[in-house]
Amino acid sequence: MFDLTGKNALVTGASGGIGGEIARTLHAAGATVGLSGTREAPLEALAADLGERAHVLPCNLSDAAAVDALPKQAAETMGSVDILVNNAGITRDQLFMRMSDDEWADVINVNLTSTMRLCKGVIRGMMKARWGRIVNISSIVGATGNAGQANYAASKAGMVGMSKSIAAEVASRGITVNCVAPGFIATAMTDKLTDDQKAKIDQQIPAGRMGTPEEIAAAALYLASEQAGYVTGTTLHVNGGMAML
Amino acid sequence: MSDVADRVRKIVVEHLGVEEDKVVESASFIDDLGADSLDTVELVMAFEEEFGIEIPDDAAETIQTFGDAVKFIKEAQ
Repeated sequence: MFDLTGKNALVTGASGGIGGEIARTLHAAGATVGLSGTREAPLEALAADLGERAHVLPCNLSDAAAVDALPKQAAETMGSVDILVNNAGITRDQLFMRMSDDEWADVINVNLTSTMRLCKGVIRGMMKARWGRIVNISSIVGATGNAGQANYAASKAGMVGMSKSIAAEVASRGITVNCVAPGFIATAMTDKLTDDQKAKIDQQIPAGRMGTPEEIAAAALYLASEQAGYVTGTTLHVNGGMAML
Repeated sequence: MSDVADRVRKIVVEHLGVEEDKVVESASFIDDLGADSLDTVELVMAFEEEFGIEIPDDAAETIQTFGDAVKFIKEAQ
């Protein structure tokens, strides 16, 4: 249903479980994908797996100069950036009372500030093209909060407010800016949990299970599609009913 | 009429869809030519590309009229 043939998509955090799946899904829909992430080896492996229309664009998102350079590199490599998926993110979980300034700043910097920089870097080309899709991967905790994640929740909630503001500014130019807010998603990170821990998590989810990266990627694909052109400034919650927002 | 003014006028006419004779030296992009704030950002982007110059944000804010744009570009070249 969703055809992205001829579109060029930059996906950050493509070395991770969710980002990799988003890249695969956009690629399968016909897009050329720029795979960005800090770890080059998994990006190369993914690019080799995808074959044509896949480019590796390593970038350390805690390095402001590298972040500013990434949209230019992506546009030079692919010809343009029509779709930007800001998926990269880090956690530095800590009780708020013990949270250091560095733990706060690192998370805000990588998750929120780098997203802002990348949005700024791609939007000029999108304005000229009168077409663009920005999909920012937020999180359920940006809406609900979570003990131990004041920094992460702030960064993910900040992403939502920023996306709405940018959406309002550029809607008249055919550019949409939306968020996807995943709940608990089964990735390499959650594989480390014990069966007991997983069972407890599943009990909190009306759907009775964790989500899959494919289910997040499907949401990102929709928001990146031509068909979602009238959807902007929204957050699509994909959480099995864990929070009904 | 200078070459710079002609080229700037062409961009303004194309971008804002206004009559050429409305684009006079004192014409304000926003007050007289119907531009919104995002249009002014796009005009500056178009000027940068047409003339191969960089217009910093603080300078861009001083470009309010067609005459301002022509003057700035001539000085920047």
